[in-house]
Amino acid sequence: MILGKVIGTVWSTRKDENLVGMKFLIVKHLKLDYTEKDAFTVAVDSVGAGVGEVVLFAQGSSARQTKLTKNKPVDAVIMAIVDKLDVNGKPVKDE
Amino acid sequence: MNLGKVIGTIWATRKYEALNNTKMQLVQPLDFEQNEIGEPVIAVDTIGAGPGETIFYITSSEAVIPMDVDFAPVDAAIVGIVDSINLENNKQ
Repeated sequence: MILGKVIGTVWSTRKDENLVGMKFLIVKHLKLDYTEKDAFTVAVDSVGAGVGEVVLFAQGSSARQTKLTKNKPVDAVIMAIVDKLDVNGKPVKDE
Repeated sequence: MNLGKVIGTIWATRKYEALNNTKMQLVQPLDFEQNEIGEPVIAVDTIGAGPGETIFYITSSEAVIPMDVDFAPVDAAIVGIVDSINLENNKQ
């Protein structure tokens, strides 16, 4: 899994019918000090993450291992909202 | 499988329910000379690796296999702690 920050949402009505009912969040990849990288991923939300929250998301076929995304054309799913991250023993602050 | 070093830990209470009481560690990938290569990843830890330990981990959907549940959205899992590495020409 990798660290990301939810910065927005994607709405789409004309899409693969298997994707109906899913929420697509734009997740900016983060460095270990929570600063944003350039890369982002659009991930399906499976835990109710909100904009601004630091999250973890799984990619590849692992993303289909939830009730919501099973057998669906999804390759990235948000599966955790980070409460606390320690790096080398020090907590990372999220301004 | 990849070599890595545990450099941190993640706490997350709001997560996919199959991940309850699953420890997640921050892993820095290493090469065989144990230099840092690539971006850190978060991996499920069912082994109980300590901070700073050299480990090896697997990626993609097989990462769920070490877990008690058989259906969870994880794409990296620590599967062993390294005791020593013998390279062809010298001993690490």
